[in-house]
Amino acid sequence: MDLEDGHGKIGMKRKWNWPIWVGFVLALSGLFSYGFFVRYPITRDFPWTNLLLFGAGIALLFLGLFRAFGRPQVYRGKIFGSIFTAIALFLISLFSYEIFYVLRQVPASSGAPRVGQLAPDFFLLDQSGKPVGLGDLLSGPSGAKPVVVIFYRGFW
Amino acid sequence: MRSFQQNISEFNARAIRVVAISVDPPDINRNHRQKLGLTYTLLSDPQAETIRSYDLLHKGAGPDGTDIARPAEFLVDSTGTVRWFNLTESIMVRARPGQVLKALDDLKLAAPAAR
Repeated sequence: MDLEDGHGKIGMKRKWNWPIWVGFVLALSGLFSYGFFVRYPITRDFPWTNLLLFGAGIALLFLGLFRAFGRPQVYRGKIFGSIFTAIALFLISLFSYEIFYVLRQVPASSGAPRVGQLAPDFFLLDQSGKPVGLGDLLSGPSGAKPVVVIFYRGFW
Repeated sequence: MRSFQQNISEFNARAIRVVAISVDPPDINRNHRQKLGLTYTLLSDPQAETIRSYDLLHKGAGPDGTDIARPAEFLVDSTGTVRWFNLTESIMVRARPGQVLKALDDLKLAAPAAR
């Protein structure tokens, strides 16, 4: 009878430490699901779904590590659990750096027209090569009307 | 841009024009309009002159370090005066059509047509 644990001799197969695997998969899915969640403003403006997946993944990874280091006779995963956790933390840092720093590097545009100022006039070609001015847009077929002007980065 | 298309009937009901400006040339705009099923006008500002006059130039942010527009939205009333605008702090966060419609209705710039 082994004194170390109730599961047999040392060296016998230890238990599968599932929180490490599930946690790692959750953390990865937090990263790779961004391509899906980015399509909807409610999950794009603030990426809470991705952060939620990261959070759940990290919680499970730490639970797995806690088991692996706390009861190494019973649970596997001291080494690969640490590696998986390090990879997950690295990916989360990369994601956060991109979302909360890189994508926020937009010019302040202090000279952009403010409320009450005249919008600078423009005269540009539309998608069929026809020149269109701001004045044309404001004077629609049914009298003068407001216009929504959107500036976007483009698709190149 | 898709979200404005999804709500375009709300703007049409108020007879409000929507235009979107970028550095893309007209032929790319034409393709993109088809691909995304956009019905509003896309205007081409390849030299970024208009983008500059609105102080929206994002230097070096385009392909190969070219200059492009930073995202922004303006509501211009019938006299050409800005009545509402949005300068995002993140390129992933854009004005939602609902915000513009609310500004339109709050300012009573255009009454929605009877539904």
